[in-house]
Amino acid sequence: MIAEIGHFALILSFCFSLLLTVVPLLGAWWRDPLWMGVARPLAMGQLVMVLAAFVALTANFLLDDFSVQYVANHSNSLMPWYYKVSAVWGGHEGSLLLWVLILGGWTAAVAKFSKQLPLDMVARVLGVLGFVNVGFMLFILLTSNPFNRFLPNWPQDGSDLNPLLQDFGLIVHPPMLYMGYVGFSVAFAFAIAALLGGRLDAAWARWSRPWTTVAWSFMTAGIALGSWWAYYELGWGGWWFWDPVENASLMPWLAGTALMHSLAVTEKRGVFKSWTVLLAIFTFSLSLLGTFLVRSGILTSVHAFASDPERGQFVLMFLLITIGSSLALYALRAPVVKSRIGFTERSREIFLLLNNILFVVATLTVLGGTLFPLGAEYFGYEVSVGAPYFNLMFAFLVPVLVLIMGVGVYSNWKDTRPKVLFSRVPVMALVSLPVALVVPWLYGEVALLAVVGTYIASWLILATFLDVWKKSASKQSRWSGWLKTSRSFKGMVAGHLGIAITILGATITSHYSEEKDVRMEAGTVAEIAGFQFKLLGIEGVRGPNYVSDQAHVTITSSSGDIVTTLHPEKRRYLVSGDVMTEAGIDAGLFRDLYISMGEHLGDGAWAMRVQYKPLVRWLWLGAVFMSVGGLLAVADPRYRVKLKQRRQQPEVNTRLEEASTSAVMPDGGGSTA
Amino acid sequence: MKRALLFLPLVLGAGLFFLFNQMLGHDPSELQLARKDQPVPVFSLPDLHQPDKLITEADLKGRPMLVNVWATWCPSCRVEHPYLLKLAREYGVTIVGLNYKDEREAALRWLVELEDPYAISVFDEEGRLGLDLGVYGAPETYVIDAGGVIRYRHVGVVDEKVWQTVLAPLIESFGS
Repeated sequence: MIAEIGHFALILSFCFSLLLTVVPLLGAWWRDPLWMGVARPLAMGQLVMVLAAFVALTANFLLDDFSVQYVANHSNSLMPWYYKVSAVWGGHEGSLLLWVLILGGWTAAVAKFSKQLPLDMVARVLGVLGFVNVGFMLFILLTSNPFNRFLPNWPQDGSDLNPLLQDFGLIVHPPMLYMGYVGFSVAFAFAIAALLGGRLDAAWARWSRPWTTVAWSFMTAGIALGSWWAYYELGWGGWWFWDPVENASLMPWLAGTALMHSLAVTEKRGVFKSWTVLLAIFTFSLSLLGTFLVRSGILTSVHAFASDPERGQFVLMFLLITIGSSLALYALRAPVVKSRIGFTERSREIFLLLNNILFVVATLTVLGGTLFPLGAEYFGYEVSVGAPYFNLMFAFLVPVLVLIMGVGVYSNWKDTRPKVLFSRVPVMALVSLPVALVVPWLYGEVALLAVVGTYIASWLILATFLDVWKKSASKQSRWSGWLKTSRSFKGMVAGHLGIAITILGATITSHYSEEKDVRMEAGTVAEIAGFQFKLLGIEGVRGPNYVSDQAHVTITSSSGDIVTTLHPEKRRYLVSGDVMTEAGIDAGLFRDLYISMGEHLGDGAWAMRVQYKPLVRWLWLGAVFMSVGGLLAVADPRYRVKLKQRRQQPEVNTRLEEASTSAVMPDGGGSTA
Repeated sequence: MKRALLFLPLVLGAGLFFLFNQMLGHDPSELQLARKDQPVPVFSLPDLHQPDKLITEADLKGRPMLVNVWATWCPSCRVEHPYLLKLAREYGVTIVGLNYKDEREAALRWLVELEDPYAISVFDEEGRLGLDLGVYGAPETYVIDAGGVIRYRHVGVVDEKVWQTVLAPLIESFGS
């Protein structure tokens, strides 16, 4: 019964999104305020219904209703309740339901937080989002219904969730990532609405900016969570594999980063409009392309989603309609008038353009590497592109990008005096050199790529700090000067530092990790990087839905202090019979100690892998900085000043106009709506 | 002229659409095997452990075996490795390793660290034999009968399920 209610709610939600597509867009066309006005209530109705469907599916999981096929295939009565909840998005159908729930949530959020927008813009944006909703709802209802039942005979118990997914990381990773993927559809909707209404101006850029930045922050967090999960759950300490599905999330992230920066130029200076709009379409297309690649089965990947050609056909048609029509609209409506606002080659505009070019090149590099095998196969060759290609390309692109970033943060709009632009370059260049030599030397061998990685990280950190030093000058204390800087500036600082931290972590952990595979039995001691791992013993443990061999390993440092005791496990899940490795990790800011169990070698001896991973946490710490930076930038009051101004406009017109001008455009350039 | 330039993204998008449309329904795990039921292609490649020693197609005859395509850059190969060890040690399956587009040193280190399930290790640095076999990526596993004829190709990780349901019955059917 609950499943049927869920199914019905999903159909109702589909109806709402269909109305949301048709009515407000026609209303905007005919300039009918009533038809445009229904957009907001329809968006809310759509969210309520899809939420009801999601709650119904969750209830089916919690109540162990194995007559529902999706539940029977992804759950088991023995699973703890929190994995039953996360199992809702543990497979294709349910993860799509989570996808449309989040899309509904973003749509409703736009409806709620768009009071300062003109009504026709709201109607168009929500209409476009409604269209995207229609596509995904149809996809679920026609090809991937999670509410289908086994009738008349259903299994007594479920076949369990893939043990790899029975884990905290998998509870939070997909929702975060989907928040990012789906969030970019808002930027897309704004771009299409602007093209439709012929209002491709600075105001449009200012409205889309916070949405894009929030989506980007979630996406950053989502990708980092996925990497962290792979690190501790796959059991061998790797953190990025250039797997097609990882690439599918990295591409919109790279394009989204470009979009975020390009929107800044369009907002502040009113230039690069056509380019920014194209980036918004491109970013969203890559999100859709990711969905297509993952769920159509045309690429093999370790992220196994049940795939079939029918689903692929559907997504491909949806891609054709959405992206095809938006690119056609772009070709017909994007402005070609050359902007009159001038800028020199030392301006911030140019530096942000370089940023855009490099990020787009990086995106195309990943896209090419992911699709090349497909293309080659079509022409009769069979090739594979592995990690070496991606590593090589990024080892080249990232240093160029970071070196330009370090100078670019000093640039001003329109033009920068060379003295201002380059005055700190000698300091950055000279101080980074010894750092880049000493840090690798302290870790061991001085390898070229380690030196390059450390150098650019140091370069960027110095550039950021010197910039903060310059901007925080104040008559009172420096601290109060720092507090006075805008939140968007603080956000930028955090984001750029995050990049440096991640680069440093990736560099050091790639070059100076140590690992050893050893045969261990009770009493054996293995030594790595000065730490002694002693296996005390192995005992059988019974979990809720698995049995496991659990090792007890104490680690002592070179000075003889006991660091910690770890408990790596080898689990066998009862229903599926799958064997899983749970690594034992002692996490630290400067190093992780990692031990995982391999095969049982007989006579109580086990193959064990011990690892020392310096600075590996910095990879994800950097991502935390980036995400927080994004959210800080969005929290900047200037996005809310406009709202207050509009509400109180009649009485306090002049005063607030001043306030908003100074808040929105400290440089006095650009144009407002 | 400028307007014409704006059509470029649309044209590129159409090209990609055409490609995807062609590829759809083309399940890579069931890639057609150009060489199915044909002998292993003629080759002469060095042994991974002894660069001077050459291995040829003649060495792949005499008993049914698996040819496993692997590389150190391939994460799924690492997932698969413990199971290959089990196949070789507990089930007595003969596995030939085809080290594909890899570096000799890294590959040797891998085999020391993770242990070596391979009866023979072929070092295919430039992927020549891989090309002749039609290797799509790593890991892939080919089933070869006693006469050196390719009977089956599996794309992706070999695990208990694949072995029990596909590979083992197949080998049994012509093994004796």
